[in-house]
Amino acid sequence: MSTVTVQLFASYAELLGAPTVELPLTPGTTVQDLLYRIRSLPGASALPSAPRVAVNRSFAALDQLIEPSDEIALIPPVAGG
Amino acid sequence: MRRFSVITREIDPASLINEVASPEHGAISVFIGTVREVNDGRTVSAIEYSAYKSMADAELERILDEAEERFGVSALIVEHRIGLLELGDVSVAIAAAHAHRAPALDCIRYVIDEIKKRVPIWKKEHYADGTREWVDPTRNAQASSV
Repeated sequence: MSTVTVQLFASYAELLGAPTVELPLTPGTTVQDLLYRIRSLPGASALPSAPRVAVNRSFAALDQLIEPSDEIALIPPVAGG
Repeated sequence: MRRFSVITREIDPASLINEVASPEHGAISVFIGTVREVNDGRTVSAIEYSAYKSMADAELERILDEAEERFGVSALIVEHRIGLLELGDVSVAIAAAHAHRAPALDCIRYVIDEIKKRVPIWKKEHYADGTREWVDPTRNAQASSV
């Protein structure tokens, strides 16, 4: 089975205790499915109900399909400036 | 000309102004964001900025595209600093030049507002009492909507 790496940053990396997590990827997996799988990880219960997800360096919709080669990241509330 | 960068070195706003300056521009507008001492009633001693660099670059590129399209500015520069910043340090600087003042001013406002909404940069405030906390600008909005 293929897998996908999800990058974590800032408060989310602290909650899950790692800068990345590896998740199994089945054909047809969407951003929403991935969020569902992330929620079962230790520490993930403190994540907000709908964290923003980036696919290939752009914010993604929940129904976007994920490919094994995609660059995936969970984006905590941004606070630049 | 246009450029943007997410950097760890100090930002020199004067150099941005020099870069966008040209005799054909009648207006240069500049925004400078600095590290503030008090946030939500707590005394801040420093702020640690971090970024998802490759996406921050991509998002800044899109914001600059949009700003050029909307306001027709002839020069636009954004520098955002990451790392550990002390009180008063410049965290972000934006300079825009146009023949006239209104588009230059509107452009700066647009760029900083979009940075705050979309660019994956985070800050962890260090407080005078020794505690540290990630800044979450959505928290107050959530609390007031409950």
